[in-house]
Amino acid sequence: MKVTIDNITLEVEPGTTIMQAARMIGPEVAPPAMCYYEPLKGSGGKCRACLVKVTAGSEKDPRPMPKLVPACITAVQDGMIVENTVNEDVLETRKGIVEFLLLNHPLDCPVCDQAGECHLQDFSFEHGVSSTRTVEERNTFEPTDLGPNIQLNMNRCILCYRCVYTADQITDGRVHGVMHRGDHAEISTYIEKAIDNDFSGNVIDVCPVGALTDKTYRFKSRVWFSKPVDAHCECEKCSGKATIWYKGDEVIRVTGRKNMWGEVTDFICNGCRFDKKKTSDWVIEGPTNVSRHSVISANKYGANLIKPAFPVLQAARDYKQINDDRDRSFLGIQPALPKSKKK
Amino acid sequence: MKILTEHIDVPNIDTIDVFMKHGGYSAVKKAIKKMTPDEVTEEVKKSGLRGRGGAGFPVGMKWSFLAKPEGVPRYLVCNADESEPGTFKDHYLMWKSPHTLIEGMIVSSFALGANTSYIYVRGELMYVINILEKAIQEAYDKGLLGKNILGSGYDLDLFVQPGGGAYICGEETALLESLEGKRGNPRNKPPFPAVKGLWQCPTVVNNVESIAATSWIVNNGGDAYAAIGVGRSTGTKLISASGHIKKPGVYEIPLGITVEDFIYSDEWCGGIRDGHKLKAVVAGGSSVPILPAELILTTAAGEKRLMTYESLSDGGFISGTMLGSGGFVVMDETACIVHNTLTFAKFYHHESCGQCSPCREGTGWMDKVLNRIEHGQGRKEDIDLLVDVAKKIEGNTICPLGDAASWPVAAAIRHFRDEFEWHIEHPELATKPGAVFMRKGASWTK
Repeated sequence: MKVTIDNITLEVEPGTTIMQAARMIGPEVAPPAMCYYEPLKGSGGKCRACLVKVTAGSEKDPRPMPKLVPACITAVQDGMIVENTVNEDVLETRKGIVEFLLLNHPLDCPVCDQAGECHLQDFSFEHGVSSTRTVEERNTFEPTDLGPNIQLNMNRCILCYRCVYTADQITDGRVHGVMHRGDHAEISTYIEKAIDNDFSGNVIDVCPVGALTDKTYRFKSRVWFSKPVDAHCECEKCSGKATIWYKGDEVIRVTGRKNMWGEVTDFICNGCRFDKKKTSDWVIEGPTNVSRHSVISANKYGANLIKPAFPVLQAARDYKQINDDRDRSFLGIQPALPKSKKK
Repeated sequence: MKILTEHIDVPNIDTIDVFMKHGGYSAVKKAIKKMTPDEVTEEVKKSGLRGRGGAGFPVGMKWSFLAKPEGVPRYLVCNADESEPGTFKDHYLMWKSPHTLIEGMIVSSFALGANTSYIYVRGELMYVINILEKAIQEAYDKGLLGKNILGSGYDLDLFVQPGGGAYICGEETALLESLEGKRGNPRNKPPFPAVKGLWQCPTVVNNVESIAATSWIVNNGGDAYAAIGVGRSTGTKLISASGHIKKPGVYEIPLGITVEDFIYSDEWCGGIRDGHKLKAVVAGGSSVPILPAELILTTAAGEKRLMTYESLSDGGFISGTMLGSGGFVVMDETACIVHNTLTFAKFYHHESCGQCSPCREGTGWMDKVLNRIEHGQGRKEDIDLLVDVAKKIEGNTICPLGDAASWPVAAAIRHFRDEFEWHIEHPELATKPGAVFMRKGASWTK
């Protein structure tokens, strides 16, 4: 099947969605996704962030679709022409979606654990406007605990339903869902019951914002001060493939491995996530390749990207601190650094 | 010309004996004994009957879209979750004459080949549910429901399901979710219910009034039904008339009478209450755009507006509205449009399911902004803000609730912008109890 997205044509298998096709081309063309999560069955269609314009439905029926369609759940037809970043309507609508999502979302990024790897931050940075039009008070909720290791901060929730699908697909009974309606809807476990499952921690990983956070990691570090490393361990319950996050020598948290779209590739168990916080628990594979969320890689892999040339390396090796022992006492200034010792 | 409400005032018409004495269940006998399912569908197609729930989609066409794979059950679901502010016709029909609906259900189920059918009634109408349950039992006792109906070999079980009290469950896919025992969130479409509906099986969802009309069509033929009405608006329609009129109530009108007749004639609404003048009309339930007096009586082109799907939507949303579900709310000059719009916005804010972001956040936003304007704290930029928010909700949501929430706000500002401006510029006057803006030179201004 042939599909054209933003003037780029490619061949795809029948049944591919517009989102999947666009992701094959690359992140420049792929629509943003706040609720769609490929590993979760049934996700998508809710946030409306990925709305795109279909200017020709198919080869057979080249009429444009009257409304914008969600890319994540709309299957590609042969000869379909899709406009994403090149369509004014789409960009304007997306601005509106950012505005709607931020309407009741607290701007508490400075104290939010998700800041730096938050999809809503990325989304509003890439597609939103810098000003706000609302003067209304935000809806607020009290934070609650879902079990001993997970905290739910409902204020930040954008009701993407990812955690609901995760809980549904990893637990037998339905214990985690949405209560109430509209903008007063809230994520809740069945009568304050914890999700009693070895894989419950995955709801933290799938959460695009800071609504579900890891209590063993809360307030320990900003994301960009920690260093993600791919590692694995022998685990009976899960694949054992994880990303461990270092701050100095200390493992401060463990998450599932995420691909370039921020989706977990292997769900990990709670044992791996919450209890294995020592380097000796893990076999290190190497630094995690972080491409899209640049704030995480800032100050870490920059050195790898720009390889210092040989003369610079040589100069660095030969660098000697200048010995400045002049008498400054008459100026009344204390030297900032301790004097270097003479040989 | 009355079709659905012909015998509605007969005492004890809710009992099966009285109902059958007045020709009830003759359509069941005719359909099951003398006709094939396809013939029934063909008659409904010929009748031009259009969905009475609001969208006006041709019923026969909807039926013909039903997928019929071998060995997979099909379902007919009657949408009796009537919750639209201003609409109360299905409630009236089911309460007064439950057998009219049940007869239609049997005929329609037969046409679709459904062996199990459901009537999904809004939970608030518990007494109506009891009436329906009793009527269904009577039909079972007469052999009109159950196994081998009238010896024909056709089986049908009919169930009544009370809703949990959510407007959103009137949306057909949310209704199916609710019927399956889940949270009433609308589904993403496609697939449509005709392919994957209740329990992932092909399903038709029709309004009470549409289903009830099918038995008359079977008895009298599709052509006879199509002879009533104008153009593509055939047959009769129940209109729930309310507001500042002399005779509020449910009226069965032949489609095609003029709006002016409907409001002022003694046969229907009987005119505006004494000493007052018509200001505005919401013609089809709270979701449809409000129209001022001059545009509801005549179209922008100067023609008399008729009670038909086409005439009411003449001029698009710039100067027209929709027949919708027939919730006809009339307002005289004492009605404050800002207050009325706020009431609607509050309703949609409360009833949004919260699944998709434009509707969840947008309805709340519009409610809050309108609330400020109503209470004298509006800002000049709020009017354009409301228009823009409404525009960004419309068409970008999973189900039509987003559209339904944005249309009344956008239309109120389109036709009564000066009233909103007055509220913002003169908060001291506008917040006085009973204060209403009087447009200079308007037909309703005293």
